[in-house]
Amino acid sequence: MSLALVGAGREAAVSPKLWRDDFPILGERVHGKLLAYLDNAATTQKPQAVINALAGYYAHDNANVHRGVHTLSQRATDAYEAARAKVRGFINARQAEEIVFVRGATEAINLVAASFARPRLAPGDEIVLSAMEHHSNIVPWQLACAATGAVLKVVPIGDDGAFLPEAYEALLGPRTKLVAMTHLSNALGTVTPARWIVERAHAAGVPVLLDGAQAISHLAVDVGALDCDFYAFSGHKVFGPTGIGVLYGKAERLRSMVPYQGGGDMIRTVTFEESRFADIPYRFEAGTPNIAGAVGLGAALDYVSAVGMGAIAAHERELVAYATRELERIPGLRIVGTAREKASIVSFTLEGVHPHDIGTIVDHAGVAIRAGHHCAMPVMQRFGIPGTARASFALYNTLDEVDALVAGVDEARRMFR
Amino acid sequence: MTAALRELYQDVVFDHARAPRNRRRPARSSHRAQGHNPLCGDKVTVHLDVADGVIRDAAFEGEGCAIATASASLMTEALKGKPVEEAERLLEGFHHMVTDPQAAAHPELGKLEVLAGVREFPVRVKCATLAWHTFHAALHGGHAPVSTEEGQ
Repeated sequence: MSLALVGAGREAAVSPKLWRDDFPILGERVHGKLLAYLDNAATTQKPQAVINALAGYYAHDNANVHRGVHTLSQRATDAYEAARAKVRGFINARQAEEIVFVRGATEAINLVAASFARPRLAPGDEIVLSAMEHHSNIVPWQLACAATGAVLKVVPIGDDGAFLPEAYEALLGPRTKLVAMTHLSNALGTVTPARWIVERAHAAGVPVLLDGAQAISHLAVDVGALDCDFYAFSGHKVFGPTGIGVLYGKAERLRSMVPYQGGGDMIRTVTFEESRFADIPYRFEAGTPNIAGAVGLGAALDYVSAVGMGAIAAHERELVAYATRELERIPGLRIVGTAREKASIVSFTLEGVHPHDIGTIVDHAGVAIRAGHHCAMPVMQRFGIPGTARASFALYNTLDEVDALVAGVDEARRMFR
Repeated sequence: MTAALRELYQDVVFDHARAPRNRRRPARSSHRAQGHNPLCGDKVTVHLDVADGVIRDAAFEGEGCAIATASASLMTEALKGKPVEEAERLLEGFHHMVTDPQAAAHPELGKLEVLAGVREFPVRVKCATLAWHTFHAALHGGHAPVSTEEGQ
């Protein structure tokens, strides 16, 4: 995978052409038009390498892990643990045992809420999060609060959707027991100063969970440099399969936690009087895991590493800048989320046209975008809107696809005029 | 624009979306219910004034997409002055029209037939039926808001 440099002018500096060929679904036609897939914040498409890894695992290696003495069981176990090692390398964790395989970012956050937060929370304790969280980084904490009497403290955001550092520092107090913060907002595209957020929290003795569901495919994530206590992400948003995700936790944090679910593979010994739990990460992986999913995720991370996060980020910056400029030429269109630090997402409203109508109309031009509240209803309430239309980019998107989006949105405007 | 899109966004739909009829909170109402589509966040409140088995007045409040707004507007127009039994038959007919791809013409639906095109857009059917589900909930009591995501 080399970077193809092409002509100047309107052309992208880095051509996604070669990357596009890696994704078979991009050849699909929708309503007779070539698909322009701009809903990558919802889920990303899969390169052939990931599809092959899934098929290859089932065709050659499938067995249960950590159990059998037979050859296939060993191969499956090796493949599963090799995937864990790849995740470790990808996010620069110190040890593979700090990587817990879960279903996705949602389960990762629920795991921390149940096994780390709940046992430590008392009435009046506080969990700090931001006004731009996805529901999956709100509701697990609300459940933990309901069970313990703890309360949520919400860091407000600016009119441009930016993270407000002073407001955050003001909310860190003696009752703060945990900070749970997005790394990249799925509704606005805002990138938070994660390293600094962790630093300030740690100075107050508070552990931090970062929700990296969006960030993982757009930013270079280095949990060692971030120094966060927990980092959660989903495989399917980084070109991997659905149903597999990762909870990174510092080893000492994970060791201090009670199991999340009980079952096979998470125990050392079981009698009817008591069970002794396995060491990390297996303590948190009860039951047969999503082995093929982990293998597929490993292949996806290999793919991203080969392309290079620097090249991806540069290409997406250009897409966001171009889409922002072109969309803003449409009368009545307003971009929601214009923070200086943002990535990969352009959320917008169009005067007199509901986001759902925009979504349906551009779909007929072959353009897939998301319309609605993006599972971030508090963000919509903050801006006093029912929802937005959202284009979200990945490495394989092109300026031509942005043009198709802009033409579709302009058609919606003309239809509703 | 594709033919299916034209069929969905007819002039009458645009007209009712831009200038909805009966979008108000009436001074008098005997029945009321809230409806919610959690997938898109659309909310609607339907108010009815029923006396002697006849819907004297029908109104709605709320904001939604063009399909949801036009449907609520057209519905309130259709309901006004109808005996309750007849109004419930309209509900059945409307539901059938927007969900059954083989649905024959529904002359009894009159103007409501402009929304037939929504059946080509399965994800938008709930936009068209939200007001009607809420109407049903208003008639049959129950104070819990209805949701498009709980049964039919």
